[in-house]
Amino acid sequence: MSAHPDQAPLPVDTSSPAPGQDPVLQIRDLSVVYRTPGGDVRAVDRVNLDLAPGEVIGLAGESGSGKSTLVYGACRLLRAPALITSGSVRYSGRRVTKPVDVLRLSRDELQHLRWREIAIVFQSAMNALNPVLNVRDQLLDVIHAHLRMPRDQARERAASLLDLVGIPRARLRSYPHELSGGMRQRVMIAMALATEPEVVIMDEPTTALDVVVQRDILAQIVELKEQLGFSILFITHDLSLLLELADRIAVMYAGQLLEIATAEEIHHEASHPYTKGLLNSFPSLRGPRRELAGIPGSPPDLRSPPPGCPFLPRCRYGTAACEQVDMQLMPVATSKDPEHVTACPFVLPGTPVPPDAKPQPEAAAEPEAAAEPEATGEPEATAEPEATGEPGA
Amino acid sequence: MSEQAPTLTSAAAARGPLAMEAVSISKDFKIGHGQTVRAVRDVSFRLYRGAVVALVGESGSGKSTAARLLAGQERLTSGQIKLNGTPVAVRRRSDFRRYKSQVQYVFQDPFASLNPVHTVRYHLERPVKLHGGKGADVDAEVTALMEQVRLTPAKQFLAKYPHELSGGQRQRVSFARALAARPSVLLADEPVSMLDVSIRLEMLSLLDDLRQRFSLAMLYITHDIASARYFADEVLVMYAGEIVERGPAEEITQQPAHPYTQLLVASAPDPDNLGNSVLRGGRKGSARTGSAQPGNGPRPGAGAVAHSQPSVSTAGCPFQPRCPFADDLCQREDPGLLPITATRGAACWHLDVAAPELASGLPGGGRTTTT
Repeated sequence: MSAHPDQAPLPVDTSSPAPGQDPVLQIRDLSVVYRTPGGDVRAVDRVNLDLAPGEVIGLAGESGSGKSTLVYGACRLLRAPALITSGSVRYSGRRVTKPVDVLRLSRDELQHLRWREIAIVFQSAMNALNPVLNVRDQLLDVIHAHLRMPRDQARERAASLLDLVGIPRARLRSYPHELSGGMRQRVMIAMALATEPEVVIMDEPTTALDVVVQRDILAQIVELKEQLGFSILFITHDLSLLLELADRIAVMYAGQLLEIATAEEIHHEASHPYTKGLLNSFPSLRGPRRELAGIPGSPPDLRSPPPGCPFLPRCRYGTAACEQVDMQLMPVATSKDPEHVTACPFVLPGTPVPPDAKPQPEAAAEPEAAAEPEATGEPEATAEPEATGEPGA
Repeated sequence: MSEQAPTLTSAAAARGPLAMEAVSISKDFKIGHGQTVRAVRDVSFRLYRGAVVALVGESGSGKSTAARLLAGQERLTSGQIKLNGTPVAVRRRSDFRRYKSQVQYVFQDPFASLNPVHTVRYHLERPVKLHGGKGADVDAEVTALMEQVRLTPAKQFLAKYPHELSGGQRQRVSFARALAARPSVLLADEPVSMLDVSIRLEMLSLLDDLRQRFSLAMLYITHDIASARYFADEVLVMYAGEIVERGPAEEITQQPAHPYTQLLVASAPDPDNLGNSVLRGGRKGSARTGSAQPGNGPRPGAGAVAHSQPSVSTAGCPFQPRCPFADDLCQREDPGLLPITATRGAACWHLDVAAPELASGLPGGGRTTTT
């Protein structure tokens, strides 16, 4: 792998996300709606999320869950009909003198923040790169827009960025169509890192790639993170990937966060039924074959969200009490992770457990517990007549 | 080269009678400047009624081209396709229609494979009318199809346009459309990879249900080898246009023999094995990326050839440039599929090094001596 020749790693301790450290990005009470003729679509609903320096947070959820809207909202990349209705996004990087609220920045201030402090690797590298510019010109574009640098120094920087992501310098003159999918994604990563941002948002960066390339790129991302010390907010619907990659995982459903915990906790002690369902949705390659269940049904229509827990119609533990649940993230007392929070009160100790619905902390490990007959062959929740209002995720 | 291939029995053979057979099929694409890409090279396999054969490989490995050849969408460069024992010869339109009523294709992307200006009803009525013959009760058949793919109430869904459906519902419509012709063979090209993880299983179990109910011979194309483990009887691993390994799904995924299959298996996300993960290791600073992969899964460096290039050159093993065990022999000669057991084969000269525990039972310990 390439060591960056002329860029000293930033002097920061990235060994582990130290608890208690001030978060570099602090999202508080963020709500986003899409204004549509049919009413407001509540795409993100009062979300709180902290990103510590050097930390990798995985944001998991299915399409339409609002995960992209959440982070694009936090970076103010959304435009009408999307509207941020409440919240604050506090950014406090090493280079800014005092914390700023991203949602209250002026246009110019925003210009300084974007890319320099918070960069994004977009989902489809095929569409995110400009097809009529070669790689070097696209890299130079970023460098000139965000850094003051003489021309030849900028060119050298562009070349060294390719070194950084393991692409031969000869590719500087290549156009996107001449690169493989994996290389294009690496170029996207190089572009995001061009300005040494402190927060890198990755929106399904490997979804379109096959597994071998995906693994190479993820390994590269992890290595670069070690080397440069940025934080990552990683969006994906592939929870199995996050279990390996992320420090902490936030599970999103219908615009709300349902559970946040470390990857280990999510893997072994997931508390929310939706998280458990996700965990039981992907076939495992190794170990004994276990019965897989998936999650029957589809997400609620966010134009008129149901009262209480949005997962209720698909939840096999659901009871009438769930319609009155106040969707608050509360600590899971039995958890080893003090910051493990969940939105399902019925999995907390001391609260009445709905009849014949014992919480199964080890659902993944117990095939017979996971193999509920109703789950596999069930019709898709008699498929709601209304199309599910999917806010463009 | 692959004379051995027909001597291998398919792990899917026990399920039902032979439906379709590909005999040494090849496809070359001319790419100009007198160059050809050999997208599919000398590939043989059999599909049996009621059984699922998975074709696994990365993008560009030729798996979709192989399926398109079976579907009659591309012309064979060489080889033969047999349907129910008879060689397929499509010369006229009516031949093709008859062929399509036997062999149906499900596309990967349900957002692109349905016509946005037509209702669900139109998508299903057309094949029923085309393939159902005269006197078919179109309405009843369409309703039955909707129920088979569990899009109920059928009436409500039939009136909808594709944009009013979710991804999973759309893919159900394309399953129903394929079934409308009452095929015996279903070619499913990555049928769930565009769908959300949470509904993939549901769709796979629906496919499995349809396979059983109609005793379909199914070719399941995927890059997700873990889903092949659960869904398929036999797995064929394709690389650069060739089948590099084949055998029963459980055996292949649990004990891969070919170095490429080992790489595929090692690359799949594996939450149950966090301690050994490259990614975790990288983060804790204990191991670097690259060759630090545990087990015998080879890891090509990031700078290495990142893709299987169906190449112009024919000599040598196609995986040789990325293979940690490659030597002169591999550069000179393509091994072809060498049998390991009655149902299993791998195209590797060095099985004794790559998979010693598998090769030990072979004559010569898997070491293939050549002159």
